[in-house]
Amino acid sequence: MTSLSASRMSELHVPAREGLGPEHAHRELALQVRDLWAGYPGRPPAIEGVDIDVPAGEMVGLVGPNGAGKSTLFKSILGLVTPMRGSVEAFGRPVREARDDIAYMPQVEEVDWAFPVSVLEVVLMGRYHHVRPFRRWTREDREAALEALDRVGLTEMAGRQVGQLSGGQRRRVLMARSMARGARLLLLDEPFAGLDAAVQHDLIRILDELAREGRSILIATHDLSCVANSCDEAVCLNRRVIAAGPPDQVLTAEVLTETFRSHLLAVGLAPTPAGVLVPGTGAGSGVADARRNGEPPPA
Amino acid sequence: MGDLAGWLFDPYQFEFMRRALIALVIVSVIGAIVGAFVVNKGLAFSGDALAHSTLAGVAVAFVAGANVTVGALIAAVLTAVGVGFTRDRARVSYDTAIGILFVAMFSVGILVLSRRTSYTPDLFSFVFGNILGVSRADIVGASILGLAVLAFVGAFYRELVLVAYDPAAASAMGVPARFFEYAVLVMIAFAVVISIKAIGIVLVNAMLIIPAATAGLFVRRLGPIMAYGLLFALVASIVGLHVSYHAGVAASPAIVLTASLLFAASVLLTSRRGPVEVRTPVEAVE
Repeated sequence: MTSLSASRMSELHVPAREGLGPEHAHRELALQVRDLWAGYPGRPPAIEGVDIDVPAGEMVGLVGPNGAGKSTLFKSILGLVTPMRGSVEAFGRPVREARDDIAYMPQVEEVDWAFPVSVLEVVLMGRYHHVRPFRRWTREDREAALEALDRVGLTEMAGRQVGQLSGGQRRRVLMARSMARGARLLLLDEPFAGLDAAVQHDLIRILDELAREGRSILIATHDLSCVANSCDEAVCLNRRVIAAGPPDQVLTAEVLTETFRSHLLAVGLAPTPAGVLVPGTGAGSGVADARRNGEPPPA
Repeated sequence: MGDLAGWLFDPYQFEFMRRALIALVIVSVIGAIVGAFVVNKGLAFSGDALAHSTLAGVAVAFVAGANVTVGALIAAVLTAVGVGFTRDRARVSYDTAIGILFVAMFSVGILVLSRRTSYTPDLFSFVFGNILGVSRADIVGASILGLAVLAFVGAFYRELVLVAYDPAAASAMGVPARFFEYAVLVMIAFAVVISIKAIGIVLVNAMLIIPAATAGLFVRRLGPIMAYGLLFALVASIVGLHVSYHAGVAASPAIVLTASLLFAASVLLTSRRGPVEVRTPVEAVE
C-alpha cells in the first residue's frame, strides 16, 4: 500500500480538460464518460465514478494494473456490460446511436484465433453495420478492407487463416479491421500485451498515423513509455481515476505509485520527486508532440 | 462395369432405398453446415448432449401417443437453451454442467420407457437409427427443419461468423451476440432431430463432427469447410448405405464407420503437407 494520504493524492490530481484553458473549452469530445460505475453481479464495482474525456483527434492512454477495471471500463462504454450508473456519450450521442463511428479492439485473447476465417474476412468484419438478412459484402467493402490491409502491410496474408499469424500480425489485422470501419473513435484494449519492442513500435506508428488523420483513440495499456511518448493525454485508473491530463504532468512517481500500488514497487522503481519515471519523455521528444507540432512521423 | 453399375443402382428399385437416399442427402447437407460450427466452436460434447436428450422427448411422445419427432424437437430445443444458459451461468465447469444436464434428460427418457413392458422396434429405430424405415412424413419433416436451418445460416452468415470469431467486437457493433450463440445451439438441435430417424440417437453426433472435422484437414475457412464436409458426408452416406444393403448390416454404423475411415485416411494424407490455405484475396471473400 502507498503511504500517501488521501488529501495528498487530491493535491496531485491533475484537473480534467475543463481546467486546461479557454482554448480547450469548446473542443468536440469524441468520448465523454461521466460518473461511470460498472461491474459484475455479486462483486464490488470494478470501476467507480469514472470520468474520462477523449477530445476529437487525440490519443488518450489509459494506464492501470491488471484488475484496475480497464476492460470493464471499455465494456461498459460500449454497453457490453450494463453500467450501474453514469453516462457515456460518443460525439455527443449515446453510444448505441454512434456504433458506426466506433471501432473496438478487444484483448487479443477474447478473439477465437482458431476459428476458420481468413485475414481478409476479419478485416471485412469492420465493415459490418446492421443486422440485415441475406446481406453480402459489397465491392466497396472489399476495396476498403484491402486498402486497410495494405496500410498495415498484410496484403500478402489476405487469404491466410488468422490463426497462422504471429502476435504482432494479429494486432495489425484487428487494427486494419478498425480502419476498414472508417470509425472516428477507436477503443483499443491492451493492443501491445505480450509484444516485443520492435513490433510494438510498428503498431504505435500505425496508431500515430490514425491520430494524424483526426481519429480519436483511447488505448488501454500497461506500457508507460507508449503513453508518455505517443499519447496526448494519460488517464491513470485503478477502479477510479487517479489522475488525468498531459502525460508529463500525470505520469509522476506519486501518481504511478498510487495507480500501480505494490505492482510498481515490486519491480523496484524508486519514486523520484515529481519526476517522470519513464525514459524518453522529455518535452518535444514524443511522437505526440511531433504530431501536434505538425512534424512528419518518425521513420 | 456392369457389376459396379448394378452395385450402385440396383438398390434403388426399392422405394425404401430411394427414401433412405433422400433422407441421407438431407442429413449430409445439414450435418455439414451445422457441423462446421460444432467442430470449430468446440461444441462436440454439446451436440452429443443434445442428441441424447432427445430420448426424453421421444419417450414422452411415444408413451403419450403424440408425434415422436415433435417430442424430440421440443426436448432438443429445450436442452439447447439449457446448454446455453448453463454456459453463461453455471458455477461448475461447462462440460460438467452439460454432462449432468444430458444424463438427466437421458434418464427421463429411460425412466418413462421403463414403465412400458417391452421395447418396441419403432422405439429402437430412434435409438439406433432405421434408415430403411424412414417414411414419407419423416422426409417432409426433415425437409422443413432443414430448410429452416439453411435459411437461417444463409440470412445471418455474416453475423454467425462475426460472433463465432469475436463476440465482444460483434456486440460492440450492435450484433446480438448472445442470440446468435443460442441460435447455433438451436441449429444443432434441429440437425439432431433431422438425423435421428436415419442415424439414431447414439450415432447422430458423428454426422455433425466427422465430415466437418475431415474437411478442416483440407481447408481453413468456414464456407469451404461446409462444402468439403458435404462432400465427405455424401460419400460416407452412399458408401455406407450400399455396404449395408449388399452385406446385410445396419446402415447407420456402416455410414459412421465409412466416415471415420475417410477421416483417418485424410489425416494420413494431409499429415505431411498441412492444410491448403493460400488463395487470392478476391477468391477468399466469397
